[in-house]
Amino acid sequence: MMDVTSKIALTDVHKHFGPKQVLNGIDLEIGAGESVVIIGGSGSGKSVTLKCILGLLTPDRGSIRVDGQETVGMSVGDREAVLSKVGMLFQGAALFDSIPVWENVAFGLIAGQRMARPAARDIAVEKLAQVGLGSEVVDLSPAELSGGMRKRVGLARAIATNPDIIFFDEPTTGLDPIMGEVINDLIVECVKEVGATALTITHDMDSARKIADRIAMIYKGKIIWVGSVSEIEETANEYVAQFIHGRVDGPIQMDLRAL
Amino acid sequence: MQFNILALIGRVFLAFFGATGRLSIFTASGVRHSFSPPWYFRHILRQMLSIGYYSLPVIGLTAFFTGAVLALQIYIGSSRFNAESAVALIVVIGITRELGPVIGGLMVAGRVSAAMAAEIGTMRVTEQIDALVTLSTNPQKYLVAPRLIAGTTMLPLLVLVADIIGVFGGYAVSTEKLGFNPGLYLKRTIDFVQTEDVVSGLVKAAVFGFLIALMGCYHGFNSRGGAQGVGRATTNAVVSASILILVANYIVTTIFFGA
Repeated sequence: MMDVTSKIALTDVHKHFGPKQVLNGIDLEIGAGESVVIIGGSGSGKSVTLKCILGLLTPDRGSIRVDGQETVGMSVGDREAVLSKVGMLFQGAALFDSIPVWENVAFGLIAGQRMARPAARDIAVEKLAQVGLGSEVVDLSPAELSGGMRKRVGLARAIATNPDIIFFDEPTTGLDPIMGEVINDLIVECVKEVGATALTITHDMDSARKIADRIAMIYKGKIIWVGSVSEIEETANEYVAQFIHGRVDGPIQMDLRAL
Repeated sequence: MQFNILALIGRVFLAFFGATGRLSIFTASGVRHSFSPPWYFRHILRQMLSIGYYSLPVIGLTAFFTGAVLALQIYIGSSRFNAESAVALIVVIGITRELGPVIGGLMVAGRVSAAMAAEIGTMRVTEQIDALVTLSTNPQKYLVAPRLIAGTTMLPLLVLVADIIGVFGGYAVSTEKLGFNPGLYLKRTIDFVQTEDVVSGLVKAAVFGFLIALMGCYHGFNSRGGAQGVGRATTNAVVSASILILVANYIVTTIFFGA
C-alpha cells in the first residue's frame, strides 16, 4: 500500500460472467501521480478490472473509489464528471473511423467540454506533435494510418484534455519492438508532462519495467503480488517469477490439450 | 422428458420477455435523448443526408416501376367489367396509402438499417463505443438520437417523393401504353385523391423511419463476437425492421381507417 492519498482504490471487487468468476476480490490502491502496471496472463481479469474502474462494466460487489468518490452505482451524470478527468488508450486505439485524425484527438474537447472547433483543432495539432506526428496526418482518416501511428493518435487523444488519470490497455500489443519502445517512451513522457496518475495493463514485461513505478500481478481474478520494478526481479513468489521469465513449468498451468 | 419440454418453453419465454424488456429500455432511452439537449446537429444533418438524399435513387426507381405495374394490373383487372376509368383512382390511392410508404420503407430498411447496424456494430466490437464513454460522451445521445431523428423526419419526405414518382409511373404507362387521355387521367387523379390518403401515408412513413433507425441502432449496439457478430446484427436489423414495418402498417391503417 502507498503512503500517499489514493487516487484510485479498489476494495474486494468481484465480477462474474455466467458461471465464470473473473474478478475474485481485487484489492489495489494507486497513489496520486503514481504509475502502476497490472500484469497477468490472458483471461486473468486485467481488462475486466480496467472496465470496472471506467464504469464500462458494473462489479457484482466491492468498492471502487476515484479521488475518494465511490463510483460503483454512481449516476450517469456523476460518472461523466469523473470520466472528464480520465484519458484512455485502448488496445486497438479505438479511433472513430468517420472523422479525421485531428477530430479524434479533439473529440473530448469538442463533445465533452463543448470547446469551439478551431481552438480544439489547435490543441489537437499540438498534442499530435507531442507524440511525434506532423501536420501531414492531421486531416487524414484513421484508416490511412499504420498501427503505430494509430496508437500514437490514440495516445494524443488520451492526453488531449490534460487528464488527472490515464489508463493504458496493452499499449504495445501488436507493435514491432522498436515502435513498442517508442510508445513506452511516449507514455512515460506524456504521463510526466501532464503529471497524471497512470494505470496500465499489459503482459509485456519490457513495457511494464519501463512504465511502472509499481507492478501488480493479477492471477485468477486476485492481485497476488504488488511491488516495485526492482523488487519484481528478486521476488520469491513462484507465480510472478514464472510469469516474468515466461517459463512453461511452474504453478501457473495453461489449459492446453496434449499434442 | 416432460420436464425438459417445460424448461424449454420457459427458456423461450424468458428470452422473449428479456429481449422485449431490453428493446423497450433502449427505445425509451433513445427517444429521451432525441428530445433532450445537447443535440449533435452535425451528426443529425449527416444522417439526414445518408438516409434521405442517398436513398432517393432507390426510392425513385422503386416507386416508378411500382406505379407502372400497378396501372397495368389494374387496367387488366378492371377491363374485365368495363371499369378502366378506375385506374387513375386505384393507382393514386394504392400508391399514397400503401405502396409508397410500405415499398419505400422496405427498400430503405434494406439500405439504411443494414448500414446502421454494420457501422454501430463495428464500433462496438472495436471498442469505439467504450471510447465514447471514456470521452464523457453518451453513446445513446451521440449515435442513436441523431439516427432516430433523421429516420423519423426523412422517411416522410422520401415517401412524398415516392408518391409523386409512383403516380407519374402509373400516368406514364396509362397514357403511353394503355391509351388514356393525359389531361383526363391527371384530372381524375387530382379529383379522387384526398388529403387523408397522403397524410396517412406520411404518418406511416414517419413510424417506419423510426423503426428502421431503431432496429439498425439496437442490433448494432448489441452486436457481439467480431465480424460474425456484426454480420448477424446486420441481418437481424433488416429482418426485424421489415417485419415491424408490416406489423406497424396494419396498426396505423386500422387507426386511420378503422375496421
